[in-house]
Amino acid sequence: MRRFRQGETVDFVVVGSGAAGGVMAKELATAGFTVLVLEQGPRLEAHEFQHDEFTQFILGALNNRQELQPQMYVPGVGAEPVRQMAAIYHRLVGGGSVMFTANYWRFRASDFRERSLLGPIEGTGLEDWPITYEELEPYYTKAEWELGVSGEPGPFDPPRSRPYPCPPLPVKSSGVLFERGARALGLHPQVGPMAILSRPFNGRSACMHCGYCAGFGCEFGAKSSTLATVIPVAEATGRCEVRAESYVRKIEVSDRGRVTGVVYFDAERREHFQPARAVVVCANGAETPRLLLLSKSSRFPDGLANSSGLVGKYLMWNGNASTGAVFERALNDWKSVMVTRIVLDFYESDPARGFYGGGGIDARFWGYPVLFALGGLGGFPEGTPAWGLEYKRMLRDLYSRTCNADVHTTSLPVESNRIELDPDLEDAWGLPCMRVTYRDHPDDVATMRFLVEKAVAIMEAAGAERTWAPAQFEQSVGFHLLGTCRMGNDPQRSVVDRYHRAHDVPNLFLCDGSSFVTSGRGQPTCTIQALAYRAADHIARFARRGEI
Amino acid sequence: MHRHLSRREFLATTGALASAWIGSDPGAFARALEARREQEPRFRVLAPEQAADLEAIAAQIIPTDEFPGAREARAIVFIDRALEGFAKDQLPTILDGLEDLSRRIRALGAPAGRRFAQLPDAQQVALLREIEETPFFQQVRFATIVGTFGHPSLGGNHEGSGWRALGFEPRFVWQPPFGEYDAAVERGR
Repeated sequence: MRRFRQGETVDFVVVGSGAAGGVMAKELATAGFTVLVLEQGPRLEAHEFQHDEFTQFILGALNNRQELQPQMYVPGVGAEPVRQMAAIYHRLVGGGSVMFTANYWRFRASDFRERSLLGPIEGTGLEDWPITYEELEPYYTKAEWELGVSGEPGPFDPPRSRPYPCPPLPVKSSGVLFERGARALGLHPQVGPMAILSRPFNGRSACMHCGYCAGFGCEFGAKSSTLATVIPVAEATGRCEVRAESYVRKIEVSDRGRVTGVVYFDAERREHFQPARAVVVCANGAETPRLLLLSKSSRFPDGLANSSGLVGKYLMWNGNASTGAVFERALNDWKSVMVTRIVLDFYESDPARGFYGGGGIDARFWGYPVLFALGGLGGFPEGTPAWGLEYKRMLRDLYSRTCNADVHTTSLPVESNRIELDPDLEDAWGLPCMRVTYRDHPDDVATMRFLVEKAVAIMEAAGAERTWAPAQFEQSVGFHLLGTCRMGNDPQRSVVDRYHRAHDVPNLFLCDGSSFVTSGRGQPTCTIQALAYRAADHIARFARRGEI
Repeated sequence: MHRHLSRREFLATTGALASAWIGSDPGAFARALEARREQEPRFRVLAPEQAADLEAIAAQIIPTDEFPGAREARAIVFIDRALEGFAKDQLPTILDGLEDLSRRIRALGAPAGRRFAQLPDAQQVALLREIEETPFFQQVRFATIVGTFGHPSLGGNHEGSGWRALGFEPRFVWQPPFGEYDAAVERGR
């Protein structure tokens, strides 16, 4: 791996090494450019990942968290701010791609043009994307084949130029039951595409079905994180360095309004200026806008690349709600990957429902032992004691017979849902913390409720002894961080153009969940990575032509 | 490794000793003794009698039946470590809660100095019912669950005994079929 000297000018600084940053680094390095990736989190290798549910999943040791980067959360305009983590991401080399559940759904053609299909929705910023599915398709395919995805096309899938590189992962009992219930209702269950290897691929091992995917790194390297896939390829070019524990606090600009580099803190919290010919920010939908807002200057007094005033606005979390079911016999769904079957029959927004939105449903099991014992995922039978022998026997009785059906839904882009800098609160480095204002749009709540009814109906049709569903849907925490530097053709109404170049700054590119114009159906990673492949392709061309 | 057993340790060992003899296995005594030594951890924060009380509470929250409970899982080791580390702030609540229990025991007319761990089962349960809504009990319940079902590297869930009680097998490498329903589909092929 290349080590750049401190202060040595590079072609590109990439801020963030996650789903988008890892891809960006690999593409730009293999295209012949020098690339320094600055990642705020530590670097862990596969063998260092553990199944310590408490430290990792409950305490969030590899997340952004209170002790380092507290947040203020405003649960809707006018509400009192509370000190609470609201926008959660993973801070380590590989970012969220290391820790995610690995659902890997493409968008459909309709996702890119819902404004045209459905008309405007009052009080929202629903817009078409400046690109189409057809333009992105080759990059979806590239992502699936470079990273490694297991799946099988379903009846509603958009056209694809190549099949999945790996066959479906073996179906679990939750998938069998979910499929049975869905078919009984006349629905079209399909294989859930997963960025987890069902067979050895590109020198990596297949999944060993340990059962610790969501919120954990894969110690076998079978989950197709950027850490396990493209980052080593980028490093092997000899032109890319991934510098961990490097926390960027500002993007510097010249008098001419061009980016000159970034200022970052190293692991010892010493400050450095890193010069670069161009900067690509892939810091996620919360940190990307925060970094722009932190990068105020006399030329950009409202934050960098913010002439539209839209940096940080239109935050979308996706809706997520979890239902549950208990069956007669053992599912043992605590083994293997989370999801093997999904239902996408309710994907499209249907005006006949009376509200905007759509989504997918998957069968899974949130069955990590501590999480289950703490509350049965909301599904302990009414009146069961919370401790004692009866409690213990119930845990054992239910643990292997329970599964969940989760719904993943749309969020409307609402301008007041946003990331800002908090005027008072500072992080461990003395920088302004984020203030997150978020309230689900009433249509988002209606969509979750609608999908939850479908999920429960599927599990009942599958023969569940008992099912349950959440009583309320409004969310106060988000893991999908989308829409905060939206792409568009109009510099007044978007932050980046169709190539992810900031409208205001020629050598600044932003590419991650922040680029999204609409939210998809709750599985954004596949599209984030397809966008990164596409953006990198264009950025490399611009660079070669001297157009940066 | 040789060391002298204190009187308390000796008494504590006798229970294990008795059951070891029932097994009439000549090696069992030595093993039981060794196991008992391992079960006498050096607590970092808690005094021995505090640890004994908290362990007794934990053992009521997740009792021992045909499967291991919080006691066999050594949830108390996790609780002690937690109170030194990330749950340091909760120590006053825990110590106040134990004090409160002592007061309640005195109010029952128990002899002076009688501690929770020394009460009969039924009295322990009745006392815990009185306090089950308190932050103290909720914190101990939470810590007991983590100490029983959490990763063994945290100090509890000794040798995966908590996982065993739940029906979770910590093999972490599996092949299909995973459960009965996918096995049935597999058979039908």
